[in-house]
Amino acid sequence: MAATDALFGIHAQALDIQRRRMEMIAANLANADTPGFKARDLDFREVLAQTAQGVAQGAASTAATQSPKYRIATQPSADGNTVDVQTEQAQFAEAALRYQASLGFLDGRIKSMLTALTGQ
Amino acid sequence: MSSFRIFDIAGSALSAQSVRLNTVASNLANADAVSGDADSVYKARLPVFKAVAEPGAAEASVQVLGVVESQAPAAKRYEPGHPLADTEGYVYAPNVNVVEEMVNMISASRSYQSSVEVMNTAKDLALRTLTLGK
Repeated sequence: MAATDALFGIHAQALDIQRRRMEMIAANLANADTPGFKARDLDFREVLAQTAQGVAQGAASTAATQSPKYRIATQPSADGNTVDVQTEQAQFAEAALRYQASLGFLDGRIKSMLTALTGQ
Repeated sequence: MSSFRIFDIAGSALSAQSVRLNTVASNLANADAVSGDADSVYKARLPVFKAVAEPGAAEASVQVLGVVESQAPAAKRYEPGHPLADTEGYVYAPNVNVVEEMVNMISASRSYQSSVEVMNTAKDLALRTLTLGK
């Protein structure tokens, strides 16, 4: 674990958490018409801090152990559903962008490591 | 590590919304199918959605619990000349509200579209992750 962390830094964990966020937002969008469904999301900063702490302590802590938070409804509807499709789409786009950013960083690390290894 | 759960979730939304679109199509197609008695006339069909989470998973996919028939009373019309009219001269029209069905259709199609977008984005990101370092 320590070796990969020295190489990839925080990005492997960030990738995992953003993937979890995207799953959660996809679930919110899937249930946009389900009566009584409450939209949920992960607090990225908090989950990342907890994950990093778990890794530092040597525990196999992943984002799966973190509890999601309910989104505050901007326009609650009569059937108890709190999904705002526009908000969810915006959050999904943001999560996807952050995922891509982490991918870019990882890609750069791998490429520079390959350059160092092959000397070409 | 369940990298592909997002496809299951978005896929469940696609199938649920397509069931909804099917019921809308059925309701609209039968909106004018009158009958001679109130019991046998077509009744509007409505899908019931439910959020289903796998044990231990925080994310919920959507499932169609079933398709129920609307309990609204059939519209009774006095048309003694109609070949299907009962002995008193009444025909019964389905309890389908065409405007409501059109709104349902638009909502279902928008939800379907956003789930397709989610799936496309997830697919792109998964492909990029697979080609990491190449």
